[in-house]
Amino acid sequence: MQDTLAPPVQLEGLSYALDGAVILDDVDLAVAPREIVGIMGRSGTGKTTLLRLIMRLIKPTTGRIRINGEDITDLRERDLDRIRANMGMVFQGAALFDSLTVAANVGFALVEHRLLPADEIPDRVRDLLDMVDMAGTEHLLPAQLSGGMRKRVGIARALARRPAIVLYDEPTAGLDPISAAAIDGLVVRLRSQVDVTSVIVSHDVHSLRRVADRAAVLHQGRFLAVDAVERLEHSHDPAVRQFLSGSPEGPMTEEPQMLNGG
Amino acid sequence: MVRAVGHQVLAALHFVGDSVVLLARALAYPLRGHVGLRRTVQQMASAGADSLPIVAVTLFFVGLAWGWNTAGQMVRYGATSYYGGTTAIAIARELAPALCGVVVAARVGSAFAAELGTMTVTEQVDALRALAVNPIYYLVVPRLAACVVMLPVLTIIAIASGLLGAFIMALHFGVSAVEYMSSVQRLLDNEDVFGGIAKTLVFGLIIAIVGCRQGLRTTGGAAGVGRATISAVVLSIVLIYVTNLFLTAAIFGR
Repeated sequence: MQDTLAPPVQLEGLSYALDGAVILDDVDLAVAPREIVGIMGRSGTGKTTLLRLIMRLIKPTTGRIRINGEDITDLRERDLDRIRANMGMVFQGAALFDSLTVAANVGFALVEHRLLPADEIPDRVRDLLDMVDMAGTEHLLPAQLSGGMRKRVGIARALARRPAIVLYDEPTAGLDPISAAAIDGLVVRLRSQVDVTSVIVSHDVHSLRRVADRAAVLHQGRFLAVDAVERLEHSHDPAVRQFLSGSPEGPMTEEPQMLNGG
Repeated sequence: MVRAVGHQVLAALHFVGDSVVLLARALAYPLRGHVGLRRTVQQMASAGADSLPIVAVTLFFVGLAWGWNTAGQMVRYGATSYYGGTTAIAIARELAPALCGVVVAARVGSAFAAELGTMTVTEQVDALRALAVNPIYYLVVPRLAACVVMLPVLTIIAIASGLLGAFIMALHFGVSAVEYMSSVQRLLDNEDVFGGIAKTLVFGLIIAIVGCRQGLRTTGGAAGVGRATISAVVLSIVLIYVTNLFLTAAIFGR
């Protein structure tokens, strides 16, 4: 059952292994309401896997996942839909539906779940596209959009059901600095405007410094540290300092596992 | 050697188990009255209506070739009164259902695997789940319904096309139109036609489930989509051949 005082996202001893390879190992995390938490780490360290676990797109090997206090670890797909209705996910490549227009993508959940009368959906879609600075693109197909535009449409789609929790997978990867800053601003604005709790997977230390209340550094399947980015930069852990400084010299030398791109 | 055979057997069992589970989950939706009519009609258009020309052309030429091989022999041995009927039985029971299944497997099953495979590797299937939309309901059920509805329709057209091809060849070899038609009327039973059409209901299930299953299980980017597409076509065609034999025995007896 949901607990209004519980952390919106709580991971307890979470582990995930695939074909014998351990991707995540005993990860703990609690995200407070309205908090923005960043997950950093080298490519292939399991950051995307962690987001997929929170959304329960995959099932952990061991450990528990709680959303608003409700244990969703063993829920069936049909029951998970109730949980996912309150969550949004922005995929790394946006994952827009190729055959649908921008408007149909953004309004997808509203149409499929009949959340609004049909004549109100275009207005809601327009508002969402306005929010991500994509007004006037309703009729375009995803193939006609740039990478940054696709990501913004992906964010609009994730926000269509007004979720309380939004998961972002590399929202600024591959974007120019101005587009990246615009998306960062949007993430912060969502927290102040609609009380969204956010978990952001990113390599972009500058971006996380701008938006995240706390960040976790993931290495070899475990969190090395979870703290404010400024404090992480002065961490006693040399691996944390190495990652944040981007130095090739240091304890993070071995090749990371390459799974799910992140 | 033993290990390799063991792997193949395990893979085959995994495929069968996976496909049966997918079929059961997909069938649960229409049984509860959930089909997704708009998407099903779209799939019926692309899977059924768009397959019509290739199915008609295939069976027309098969009818011509059948006539080329048999009509001349029938005339030589004075058995022209049997030509139309035996041709119609062969086309209705076997040639039209099986070839229609093979053509649709190649054209439609491959498209299902490629579409769903691309959606899988680009995270669109995960996006559906994240939006609380079941991919089986959204993607598999309309394709399954379209194949099961449209394959019998295509088979009726295939039978007509095959009979037309055989009729043209009959005229070429000197069998009269009246003799051809009366032979068809005399020897072809309703059971031959309905039995052949009934087989295509099963072929439709096979094409849709195998195509969708291979697509949803795709891994490994563009190369994986290619592999999924090829395996969907090969598996569907082999399964159609095998089930056709058993269905023929079950429906028509000895």
